[in-house]
Amino acid sequence: MNTQLIGGLITGILFGILLQRSEVIRYDRQVGAVRLIDMTIVKFMLSAIIVGMIGVYTLEGTGVLELSIKGTVIGTNIVGGLIFGAGWALLGYCPGTAAGALGEGRIDALAGMGGMVIGGMLFGEFYPLTQSGFLSAGNFGKVTLPMITGMNPWIWIFVLTLLYMGIFYLIERESL
Amino acid sequence: MQKSENKPMNPYIAGALSGLLAVASVVLVGKFFGASTTFARIGGALEGIVLPERVANLAYFQKYVFKMDWQLLFLVGITLGSFISSKMTGTFKVQAIPDMWRDHFGSRLSPRIWMAFVGGIIAAFGARMAGGCPSGHGLSGLMQMSISGFISLLCFFLGGIIVARIVYGRRASR
Repeated sequence: MNTQLIGGLITGILFGILLQRSEVIRYDRQVGAVRLIDMTIVKFMLSAIIVGMIGVYTLEGTGVLELSIKGTVIGTNIVGGLIFGAGWALLGYCPGTAAGALGEGRIDALAGMGGMVIGGMLFGEFYPLTQSGFLSAGNFGKVTLPMITGMNPWIWIFVLTLLYMGIFYLIERESL
Repeated sequence: MQKSENKPMNPYIAGALSGLLAVASVVLVGKFFGASTTFARIGGALEGIVLPERVANLAYFQKYVFKMDWQLLFLVGITLGSFISSKMTGTFKVQAIPDMWRDHFGSRLSPRIWMAFVGGIIAAFGARMAGGCPSGHGLSGLMQMSISGFISLLCFFLGGIIVARIVYGRRASR
């Protein structure tokens, strides 16, 4: 096994422990979020994003790492995003958390993972249709918020951190 | 009685540690978190066993050939890590019907399994169309402040909120 594979396995194990101990891989937490009654996964995700954002841009500034941005295509991002959200609410796990839920014995996650393989297969057939028409609309390439606004990334990091903290404040105020 | 070690970890702390882990992963092996591509790669490989000529003509599976890569091992690791952690803390439980589901729809096995299966099909189809899932677009995308991440994550929640309301109804009873 090369370094990348071992790295993937070790990172996965550590991430799996954190996901399991904080219960964010539970169906009740995931569906609780989209039912707007339990914001555990939002707390988890936004905390990871704040730390990650600061870490990534600090190290990118010193040349230790390179960004790897997914291309923005407004059509597929919106339509695919909404479709994903619909399936996620039915299944109650996303691809990464399904793997974690299976690890703590949740067998319904396995049915979901079987479905995901079929879903990937179907998308392979559908893919050419996403390359034209309205689904391909709004192709801006690999862009970030600092890039399109022409602003220093640290201004956005500051603004977004405040925004996410504001979301934490609202969640805690409502005891969600 | 709940054992003290069963008490869940604070999600802010677990999230912050996951953020550090994600940055370390990029620095050490050059990989941002992501999970959904692997399911498409496996789908293409399985279809290739039954219909090799068909798959050979699909541009998508030319792009995403099945391979033992970082992401596959990352997913295997998540399952292992969750297994170890749940076993060590006594929270491992073989369960096919989540508590919230049981409270609303009863304890019959087949509706839950079918719903999970169909939900998985729809979720993976949408994730591959959007180009990522809550890991790739959500965590990795928002850490880098990528526009695709912001749009996709908002739509994940929007689609989820709409469908959850249809499935569970308007009343937000736990």
